[in-house]
Amino acid sequence: MKQDVLYKKNELDQQVYEKLEEIKTKSNRPYYSKLKVQNKMFVRDRIEYLIDEGSIEIEDGVFARENDEQFLPADAVVTLVAKINGRKVAIIANDLTVKAGTWGVKTIEKIIRMQELAEKRKIPLIYMIDSAGARLNEQFDTFIDRRHAGKIFYNTARISGNIPQISLVFGASPAGSAYLPALCDFVVMVDKNASVYLGSPRMAEMATGEKVTMEEMGGARLHNEISGLGDMLAETEEEALDAAKRFLDFMPQNWKETVPLAESVEPLPGKDIVELVPANQRVPLDMHAVINRLVDADSFFEFKKLYAKEMITGFSRLGGRAIGIVANQSKVKGGVLFPESAEKAAHFISLCDAYNVPILFLVDLPGFMVGSKVEKEAIIRRGARMLSTVANATVPRISVIVRKAYGAGYVVMSGASMQPDACIALPQAQPAVMGPEAAVNAMYFNKIQSIEDPQERQKYIVEQREKYNKDINVWSPASQLFIDDVVPGDRLRNDLINRFELYSENRDILEGIANKKTVVRRG
Amino acid sequence: MDVTSNMTGNVWKIVVSNGDKVTAGQEVAILESMKMEIPISAEVYGEVEEIIVNEGDFVNDGDVILKLK
Repeated sequence: MKQDVLYKKNELDQQVYEKLEEIKTKSNRPYYSKLKVQNKMFVRDRIEYLIDEGSIEIEDGVFARENDEQFLPADAVVTLVAKINGRKVAIIANDLTVKAGTWGVKTIEKIIRMQELAEKRKIPLIYMIDSAGARLNEQFDTFIDRRHAGKIFYNTARISGNIPQISLVFGASPAGSAYLPALCDFVVMVDKNASVYLGSPRMAEMATGEKVTMEEMGGARLHNEISGLGDMLAETEEEALDAAKRFLDFMPQNWKETVPLAESVEPLPGKDIVELVPANQRVPLDMHAVINRLVDADSFFEFKKLYAKEMITGFSRLGGRAIGIVANQSKVKGGVLFPESAEKAAHFISLCDAYNVPILFLVDLPGFMVGSKVEKEAIIRRGARMLSTVANATVPRISVIVRKAYGAGYVVMSGASMQPDACIALPQAQPAVMGPEAAVNAMYFNKIQSIEDPQERQKYIVEQREKYNKDINVWSPASQLFIDDVVPGDRLRNDLINRFELYSENRDILEGIANKKTVVRRG
Repeated sequence: MDVTSNMTGNVWKIVVSNGDKVTAGQEVAILESMKMEIPISAEVYGEVEEIIVNEGDFVNDGDVILKLK
C-alpha cells in the first residue's frame, strides 16, 4: 500500500515537471524561428543572460491559462525574482512567441502582481518589452476594470522614486504600452528592433493620411536622438542587458538605501586639467576630457548620450563613490542651455535625488539660449523645471565653476545661490551675470549710439569692457566668500572625494530626507 | 546631402572650399553665437558641391550651410 501511494505521488510530481517543460521550452513555439531572423533571443534566454547563473528564486503565474483551449504558455509573460550580482531583482518579460507578446487577461494580472511584489519587497524592477500591445480579442476583459491594463501604468508611476525601474525595449511597445518605458527611470532601446509609438504607421495613415515608416514613427534612434524617450541606444540585445546591469551598479535597491562604495581606482592618464581648459573663453572645451581626469578609470556611464549633447549627464565613481555628473559641453552648441538640455538635466538630477546619488556639477556655459525660437519652445517653463529640480534636491551637491558661468545658466547649474553643499572654482573661472560684450552693450547702449566717431565709439566700448572685466575673475568672488574655495586642477579630484565623503555623513538626520519621496520626472 | 546649422548665430568662418573632400565628423564651418565658437561638422563623407552662406551671414537652426555630393 505504501508503495502505491509513493507511486501516485511520483506521478503527480512528474506531471508538474512535464507541464513546466512544455511551458518553458522554446522548441514548441511556432514563432521561434522568426526570432533568429530578427536577431532576437527567446525570452528565457534573455533572462538567463542577465541574471546570476541558477539564481531564479521564484516564478509566479507560470501556469497562467494552462487549462485554456489555446496554447498560451504563461500567458505571454514571464514574471520572476532572481539575482543580479547577488542582488534580488524582479523581472517582467514579454514572450513574443506567444500571441506576439500581446497583453491578455492573465498577462496583465501577472504584470500587476509582480509590480506589487517588487514595491512591497523594495527591490528593483526590470521590464523586458517586446509586445504587439493589447490582445484585441480579449479587450473587454482587459481594459475597463480597476485591475485592467491601466493599473500597470498607475503602478509604474506610483512606484517611481521608490525602487529603480528599468525598461529594456527589444521590440515594439505600441499604443498604451508606450507609456510603460515613458514612466521608467532608465530606458534602453535596441537599434532597428525597438519601436515605441502611440499609433502605428498603419493607424496613422488611416486616421490622418500620413505615410511614414516604423523607424521614422518611433524607432530606437529617433527616441534616443530626437524625442529623448530613450536613455541609451544598444546595438544588440546583449548590449542592452549589459547596460541594465551597469545601471544597477549605480542604483541602491530602493530609495531608503545608498549605493555601496567600491574600491577607488586612479583616473585614466592624460593631460592635466590646466592644459585642457583653453584660456580663450570663446574656444570650446571638451568637458569629457576633464571628466576623465577626475573620475575613477572606466567608470563613466553616460546617460542620454545621443540627446541634447550640449549637456553631459552620466554616472561615475569618484574615489569609489557612486556620483551623478551634470556638465556643460561647450564643444556642442557652445554648451548653451536649450529647452531640451535643461529637461535632460532635470530628469537626471531627479533620478539621482530619488536614489541618494550625490551630484557633481561642472559649469562652463554662456547661459540659456536667447531668441524667439527657444521662447516658443518654452525655454522659460522647461528651464524652470531644471531650476526647481536642483533647488529641491536633497542629495549632496557640489558645483565646480570650470570656466565661464553666466547668468541664469550659472544659477541652474547649482551655483552658490542654489545652496549646494559647496560651490568651488578652478582658477580659470569667470562667473558673472553676463559676458563683458553683452553687459557693456546693455548698460551703455544709448551712450554708445550717441558717439558718432567710430574710433571714439570703439575706444569707449573697450574702456567700459575693461572696467566691467575687473570683477570677472575668480579672485573677486573668492575674496567676498561668494565661492567656497579656489582649487587648482591638479587638486580637484582629491578635494571632491573629501567633500563628497563629508557631505554624505549624517545626511538623513541633517536634511530630514527620511520622509522625502521623489518621483522621477523624465525629460 | 546638406550640412545644416544646429543653432541660431552668425557664420564666422567657412573652413572648406568648393571641391574639397570631407570626412564624417570633419569641421566645415564655425558659427559665432552666444559669444562662443560653434563648430559645424559634416555628418557623412562627401565632396563640397556648393557653399550656400557667406561669412558674416545670419543663420537659423536648420539653415543649409553647404551641400555635399
